[in-house]
Amino acid sequence: MVDNIWLEDLSFAIMNLIANALGCERNGRVVFSNVSFTLRPGQCADLRGPNGAGKSSLLRLIAGLVPAAAGDVRYGDEENIPAQLHLIAHQDAMKAAMTVAENLSFWAAVMGGSNIGAALAAFRLEGLRDDPVQLLSAGQRRRLTLSRLFLAPRPLWLLDEPMTALDATSQEVLRQHIRDHLKAGGLVLTATHDDLGVTPDQTIMLGAA
Amino acid sequence: MRAFFAILKRDLTLGLRQGGGAGAALAFILSVLVLVPLALGPDQNLLRKLAPGIMWLSLLLAVLLTAERVFQQDYEDGTLDGLVGIHLPLELVCLAKALAHWLSVGLPLAIMAPLFGILININTGDIPLLILAMVLGSLALSLLASIGGAITAGLRRGGLLVALLILPLYVPVLVFGLSATLAESGPSGSGSSLIVLAAITLVSIVIQPWGAAAALRAYLR
Repeated sequence: MVDNIWLEDLSFAIMNLIANALGCERNGRVVFSNVSFTLRPGQCADLRGPNGAGKSSLLRLIAGLVPAAAGDVRYGDEENIPAQLHLIAHQDAMKAAMTVAENLSFWAAVMGGSNIGAALAAFRLEGLRDDPVQLLSAGQRRRLTLSRLFLAPRPLWLLDEPMTALDATSQEVLRQHIRDHLKAGGLVLTATHDDLGVTPDQTIMLGAA
Repeated sequence: MRAFFAILKRDLTLGLRQGGGAGAALAFILSVLVLVPLALGPDQNLLRKLAPGIMWLSLLLAVLLTAERVFQQDYEDGTLDGLVGIHLPLELVCLAKALAHWLSVGLPLAIMAPLFGILININTGDIPLLILAMVLGSLALSLLASIGGAITAGLRRGGLLVALLILPLYVPVLVFGLSATLAESGPSGSGSSLIVLAAITLVSIVIQPWGAAAALRAYLR
């Protein structure tokens, strides 16, 4: 871990995310195969590839939602990887009939977090806390989804197109959060076509399908 | 356990706010009970004889009507993804959702529906026993329905499939629920039928978490 001594305030255990010859199949079709990488604390990796190359599938595979057809993925000696990560995907997992605060309280209880105040503050949602989610705009919904990152501190962030629908101010807020998370020793794995505000430590290319 | 109650509370809140749960099912039962006398003719004795059977049949179908929605919304909006890998096993997630279904649909129906039995000339003395048997039986119905709901979570029009899959499992509930409420079986007869009904419900509580969780895991493949 010599190369990580610059980390300013470590909040997480120093563990690497190691993917070893990962392969993925959906409906019998090979999405990708033989993907290997090592992501160290404080590092950010960017997934690149054309549409359908399996960027989302790789993130879901790491999150334990899709089984690996080949290879394996490990996060240090942690058995339960899903409990160590936040996956922000296209679906927002928020109920339209409930308010912002109710949705966040539900996820806080489910994830074992406690403080929805920090999550509301992270993307300036305090003013919307009692509004039903169905009244939110697409960008506000996105901010709500992203605020789940702050319901419970988890080292591994898997972000699938996190910038979608965000305005310039919110994009800058997210960039700052990503920089802070990396400084704290977190790991970030993204699939995005937008500027993340940090230079990825590595780029993982997924082949054309 | 906190996550268990959070799921229960959220599903109950949604059941109240989104509508289409108990209200729609009750309207379904009511429309059956209004139409039955028109279909069967004005024979008071015939209606009285058939009343418990019609009540059970309409309860059964009303619960089936709402079964496909137990997991479908959570599957579509990504909530299910977030419920994997939490400290609560998926089995208990499924049990929490089935209990929420019972509290928001099954239980209100079991208490309200027998009162509408007056429309088909039900023997009013039978109503308390019918409510008791239906409260017991509706828990089994909700649990079994949620297994069907889990199997069809990712299908667009899964309602009919749920019915086909779950109806065979509903037969014992129907048979013993009915024999517990039939007047001619007498007090002693209904006692033993109630006990069998309770046993079916207990077995459903044991089986449901595993069945529903296994079905959901298959979707995550």
